[in-house]
Amino acid sequence: MSVRLFSFHGGVKTDGHKHESCGTPIRSAPLPGRLVVPLRQSARAASECLVVAGQKVFKGERIGAPVGVLGTAVHAPTSGTVVAIGDHLMPHPSGLSTLAVEIEPDGEERWIEHAPFDWQQSSRAEALAHLRDCGLVGLGGATFPSHVKLGTGSGIHTLILNGAECEPWITCDDRLMRERAADILVGARILRHLIGAERLLIGIEDNKPEAIAAMRSACAALPGAEVVVIPAVYPAGGEKQLIRTLTGIEIPYGRLGGEFGVQCFNVGTAHAVYRAMEHGEPLISRIVTLTGNVDQPGNFEVLIGTPVEDLLALAGPRRADTDRIIMGGPMMGFALPDLHVPVVKASNCLISASQKLFPSAPPEQACIRCGSCARACPAELQPFEMYWHARAKNFGKAQEYHLFDCIECGCCSYVCPSHIPLVDYFRFAKSEIWARERDKNAADQARERFEFRNWRQEREKEEKAAKLAAKAAETRAKLAEGGEASDSPAAAAAEDPKKALVAAALARAKAQKAAVAPKNTEGLSSEKQAEIDEIERRRRELGLDAPPSAADDAPQKTEARDA
Amino acid sequence: MLTALLIMAGIAVVLGAALGYASIRFKVEGDPLVEKIDAILPQTQCGQCGYPGCKPYAQAVANGEADINQCPPGGEEGIRKLADLLGREFKPLSEEHGVEKPKSVAFIDEQTCIGCTLCIQACPVDAIVGAAKQMHTVVEPLCTGCELCVAPCPVDCITMEPVAETVETWKWKYPVVEIRKAS
Amino acid sequence: MIHSPYIRKQASVRQVMFTVLLALLPGIAAYVWQVGAGILVNLAIATLTALAAEALVLRLRKRPIGTSLGDLSAVVTAWLVALCFPTIVPWWVTVIAVLVAIIAVKHLYGGLGQNPFNPAMVAYCTMIIAYPALMSQWPPAGELDFATQLDLILGGARDLDAITGATALDALRTGLRVGEADVATLLKQDSFGAVGGRGWEWVGLGYLLGGLFLLARRVITWHMPVAFIAALAATAAVFWVASPGQFASPLFHLASGGAMLAAFFIVTDPVSGATTPRGKLIFAAGVGVLAYLIRNFGAYPEGIAFAVLLMNMCVPLIDMKTQPRVFGHRGDKP
Repeated sequence: MSVRLFSFHGGVKTDGHKHESCGTPIRSAPLPGRLVVPLRQSARAASECLVVAGQKVFKGERIGAPVGVLGTAVHAPTSGTVVAIGDHLMPHPSGLSTLAVEIEPDGEERWIEHAPFDWQQSSRAEALAHLRDCGLVGLGGATFPSHVKLGTGSGIHTLILNGAECEPWITCDDRLMRERAADILVGARILRHLIGAERLLIGIEDNKPEAIAAMRSACAALPGAEVVVIPAVYPAGGEKQLIRTLTGIEIPYGRLGGEFGVQCFNVGTAHAVYRAMEHGEPLISRIVTLTGNVDQPGNFEVLIGTPVEDLLALAGPRRADTDRIIMGGPMMGFALPDLHVPVVKASNCLISASQKLFPSAPPEQACIRCGSCARACPAELQPFEMYWHARAKNFGKAQEYHLFDCIECGCCSYVCPSHIPLVDYFRFAKSEIWARERDKNAADQARERFEFRNWRQEREKEEKAAKLAAKAAETRAKLAEGGEASDSPAAAAAEDPKKALVAAALARAKAQKAAVAPKNTEGLSSEKQAEIDEIERRRRELGLDAPPSAADDAPQKTEARDA
Repeated sequence: MLTALLIMAGIAVVLGAALGYASIRFKVEGDPLVEKIDAILPQTQCGQCGYPGCKPYAQAVANGEADINQCPPGGEEGIRKLADLLGREFKPLSEEHGVEKPKSVAFIDEQTCIGCTLCIQACPVDAIVGAAKQMHTVVEPLCTGCELCVAPCPVDCITMEPVAETVETWKWKYPVVEIRKAS
Repeated sequence: MIHSPYIRKQASVRQVMFTVLLALLPGIAAYVWQVGAGILVNLAIATLTALAAEALVLRLRKRPIGTSLGDLSAVVTAWLVALCFPTIVPWWVTVIAVLVAIIAVKHLYGGLGQNPFNPAMVAYCTMIIAYPALMSQWPPAGELDFATQLDLILGGARDLDAITGATALDALRTGLRVGEADVATLLKQDSFGAVGGRGWEWVGLGYLLGGLFLLARRVITWHMPVAFIAALAATAAVFWVASPGQFASPLFHLASGGAMLAAFFIVTDPVSGATTPRGKLIFAAGVGVLAYLIRNFGAYPEGIAFAVLLMNMCVPLIDMKTQPRVFGHRGDKP
């Protein structure tokens, strides 16, 4: 059986720099003195804290519950005590903080109770729920929740395992495939079972002969499975590019492979699925490549939450000319804002960078429209056109040139002879557009709420007026019953409900006044009587005693209150 | 000569009829200009422009009664968009109407609040919840930062707090253009 | 740079421009060998003027002079101007032409990468309109020694009809217009070689060689040269087949005038040309057809410059209408 390979447009050939770190077996990183587990593992995946400071946790205990559709569960990577829950720098290009749980390990590595999951006998929904509870996300870098991906689409015929690892310097998948091919295959079988696919294709770039051999021998016994060797062209390991290379299917922006009958998982994810299903272990560790300007590059099995600083020490002392630490590969990674940040589920590689290995780009020059970027773009875009519009902040135009189909692989920036940071412009334009979208939604909501409030106030006013009218009618009827003459104030104001109401109120007040006689007037001392007389006299002088007439005074007051 | 005149007149009549028909046939309902202006305004409903809300201001701008630089929350960008839409010259924000501030939301100090409901009545977008003699609180995502609730509060327990940037709202910065730098 | 990618290909505008200059060398060598070393003087004048003008404008525009001057783009423009112009054109014509190209066409539109028109071609058109006589006096290949050429370039008397002539295109065209003979008879004249103008055929071959080098180095893509050559040849073939006595063969048109220089160095100018693959084909083919039509039916013997400018005007439209489909949008309308 052989698979016809499709090629994708563009791409770049880079210096692999794989040999530095791929020679030594995966080592276990020692338990660090403190683990910092961000509750938000990536920008979009939030989770809700389940623990309190001072609480003892077991290894694998859930400390964060998923929030929202893309939220994922977070677990304690080891047993110990929660010492703090607070904001902590996140490994993210923004250099911003997020809520994190700090755990002080007790060194005992006591596991919480866990058991293998019987995936063959359980329903698909149960299995997906189990994966969600295990915090399973794609380990290729995007950390898309696996259960969401597995839940989309139907009639999927092909499962693709992504072992391409096209970014230079990174070798964690390479080592994983060499050493744990059988486990990966178990994970792949589970994934294939869950999506009901028949075919299993494992795409590996031709620069990893050992991994290819290991995976080939592991899947020899598995029917329908095949290792496909693909040419090493960056970004052959991009999900869309790999799917295209192996099946010819193109997944457009914003869609998932499941809708097109094919799904793609990283080999690391398959391995994590194996741990979650066969051992019941949640995702609390991953393989991280340490490489670049270090003495002992290699791959380490690292607990999520291990501070980058501690991890880097394993590759030897920091060299003097190291000026940045890059998380991820050199094409799509980002320089860490601070070395206290922890390893998260997306961290596949830490590169110690120096000016010698990764020189700063020369200053940006004018675009000469040479089209190198368009020839290199795997999404078949016209980057120089998008750049033109993104630079002018003409975002609508940039979108017309399919800005959002850009996968930010960096090929255009890589080849640009004018050294223009094209991807930076596209990232900028994208986040600006998203921000505007947010602002627009907020404005629309505010407009709607404002209009609703105005409508409500209008309605209340109307209701009040109606009530008033009803009351006035009632009063009028009452007064008419009382047989008052037509020249009475109430009758005069008959056309005006308000006036009628006022008249009614006045009538009530009069009656009340008449009813209320001064109390305790009997048996007053002459002194007191004189005092009262004096007060009465003063009141008369001020004219206060005169009863207000309905015609002049009161209606004005009412109107003033209403206005 | 006469023929030419007749031809010209004939063309004029035909074209005039066509235009007249088109104006009836393709008549645009309502006043889309007001809607377009309103769509640019930030919908803060703060009244700083001197009109009771964004829509009335939009109406006033459309009628030529108000200038385009009276909306502080919309800021410079908003003025530019209005200038673009209306084909007018950009002008800086008029100072008498306020200054551009970072986006903020109201925050009620719950210890001090006496539950007078005055702020609830002032809020143009019903973003404050509470009842008489009950503590009030601002529903943050709904607050437009108009500051209309600040003045009515008898105990001065409402403050405006700038909205902090989160990982979700963080934006990539404009790449530094180095062409001019070296000079 | 602060953000990824942290690695970059070894490439720069300077490198691209340098490769183009390198690719011009075989043509220049053939030029010197066949026509004389006067062209070297023209190249030098053009280069110095271009660098001085570029530096001046950059200074006025307060741009970094070092990097922009170092990108060699002004030199490429200068060389193309010099190579398009008659070998014995007076020095001040070259100077004015280069000033027009660098200051008016390139920098007034925003500098490198912003000009909608090909600077060298605008310079050529301006000069041929301004000085039609000087711009059509070409020395017959190999008949003027360097001293005479230098003298003419430096402004020597040029009333000698004997030492100046016209290009093959011009000669053929005049001959046909006068109506004294048909194409075959005319081509037997002394000033014609095996396929084109005597001696100039070799220069064209030199450009072709340089063009192949550019293709091999991936500085240009195949689209433009192929479309230009094919369109020029095809149009010529149609007329030639219809009336071989009145129209020269496709091969003659390819080997004459600036056809080869244009195919690989002029229509391929990325800044003012179309950029999409289909757009490049349309653009270059348009230049080819228009060039032929102007050569045969226009007022000027060489139509490439006008053809390029006409097509430059169409570039935004061509690019807009030929946007390639994007990954995952196979079914979408282009």
